[in-house]
Amino acid sequence: MKQDRYTEKLTYRIRSMVQLTEAAWSMVIECPEAAAKAQPGQFVNLLPDGNFTLRRPISICGIDKEQGTLRIVFEVRGKGTKALSALRAGDTVNMLAPLGHGFTLPDKNARVILIGGGIGTPPMLPLAAYSGKNAVVITGFRSADAAILQADFEETGAKTILCTDDGSAGRYGLVTLPLEEEITAEKPALICACGPMPMLRAVAALAQTYEIPCQVSLEERMGCGIGACLVCACRTKDKNGDEQFLHVCKNGPVFNAEEVVW
Amino acid sequence: MADLSVNICGIPFKNPIIPASGVFGYGREYEQYYPLSKLGGIATKGTTGTKRTGNLAPRVAETPSGMLNSVGLQNPGIDAFLANELPHLLSCDTVVLANIAGSTPEECAEVAEKLDQTDVHMIELNISCPNVKQGGAAFGTSCAAAAQVTAAVRRATKKPLCVKLSPNVTSITEIAKAVEAEGADAISLINTLLGMRIDLRTRRPILHNNMGGLSGPAIFPVAVRMVWQVANAVRLPVIGMGGVASGEDAAELMIAGASAVQVGTAIVQDPYAPLRIIDELNDWLDSNHIASAAELTGSVRAW
Repeated sequence: MKQDRYTEKLTYRIRSMVQLTEAAWSMVIECPEAAAKAQPGQFVNLLPDGNFTLRRPISICGIDKEQGTLRIVFEVRGKGTKALSALRAGDTVNMLAPLGHGFTLPDKNARVILIGGGIGTPPMLPLAAYSGKNAVVITGFRSADAAILQADFEETGAKTILCTDDGSAGRYGLVTLPLEEEITAEKPALICACGPMPMLRAVAALAQTYEIPCQVSLEERMGCGIGACLVCACRTKDKNGDEQFLHVCKNGPVFNAEEVVW
Repeated sequence: MADLSVNICGIPFKNPIIPASGVFGYGREYEQYYPLSKLGGIATKGTTGTKRTGNLAPRVAETPSGMLNSVGLQNPGIDAFLANELPHLLSCDTVVLANIAGSTPEECAEVAEKLDQTDVHMIELNISCPNVKQGGAAFGTSCAAAAQVTAAVRRATKKPLCVKLSPNVTSITEIAKAVEAEGADAISLINTLLGMRIDLRTRRPILHNNMGGLSGPAIFPVAVRMVWQVANAVRLPVIGMGGVASGEDAAELMIAGASAVQVGTAIVQDPYAPLRIIDELNDWLDSNHIASAAELTGSVRAW
């Protein structure tokens, strides 16, 4: 079917598609304008082919301004992500990008600790690429066969610590244990985290205890992705402590941990 | 190129396609994609007497050919709207339909009275929000309550008053006649249909509000039916909405009796949806040798 001129504006070619684990896929999308604008922590909003009403928000895992590409890594969770996983190099995808408010970057020479839990790990990669050897990357997965992006993180020069819930790879247990060790070894200037809510809550609590600035990337069921429809509400408090709903797609996905109502 | 202009309550619209209240905020997010002057009009986010924070998330769930939402009228309140949003909207060269809501008829009237002092083109009174505990659909599901709130707002403003009806009623024509009798100048419909989804794994409703409003192509046939019934029951112009996703959908709703068409869920999916629908409507009119969109209104040849 011939595309109308508006759908054409949102259509991008997929350069590569690689399966990382049973559930996780890596997609590189040719989008020079979006890549030029993209910042670590921002996301893309993809509309799968088929009978879907809503787009799927997926965080950006790689920004290559020279190649004019964005890389995303996502997990098959339902029918929409299943449809996206069927796409291959050379296919096209309907995308809005880059969207949202990303990480506020620290000084390049400052020590940072990056925490990724499961499919929350991908947005940490552009941060690791930015901070290089000054970054410590602590990632946690259910088991060895769910672990992703370890080689990518090592390539950035960052110190990497892998944890699994069942001890089948790396350290046995939660990311908070090595996090506290790294904090006490040398206090970082910033902690950034993305992953399941219980993990984020625990990381934010540690950051507060040790009085370290902490930025978290949150997830919520999303609509338009640009801040108009107001569905992806996040409970936050302002400087006066008054609660208000901000929106993950526009005010986030990255928030300062202290403004989130945990 | 067909003539897309329509006229409702003496207000000229350059085309009949209007982003529906709720999906479009106050327009600012969409200006990065296109000038708002391309739109027939804009129905603004429902605004209440004072600031509303809205419901807890999750506020959205995908459904077959549609979605449920339970935003709960999150908005900054009428004074912030007047100070921060309306002046800009009025400079955008498109018709502004200020959507208003409230917990009581008095609150709705107070908001309308403040808008009466502005250059807003039309007031759209929402008596059909399914996601708030007071007011909302409670106004829109009984003839007496619908009449009472319409009368209160009518006394507060001389602006053209469009009342937005809930489909969650047994007889939509009775409600339409009730608001017509109290001085409404136009009727818009349908708001969302009350629905619910449950996560099988957790047995929790997906929406934190448990229930929410169903929208999208799934409800389009209900919209066509109700627009047709209301257009035949009252003398007022009707603005149709409910699952419109293409120019042909817009044409169908106009043939059923609508003078203009609002687009909601399609915009949540694609910011360019209203412009695409305008193009498609124009193409459909041209290919069917119809000179003017306005000719479509109420032209259904019912059996």
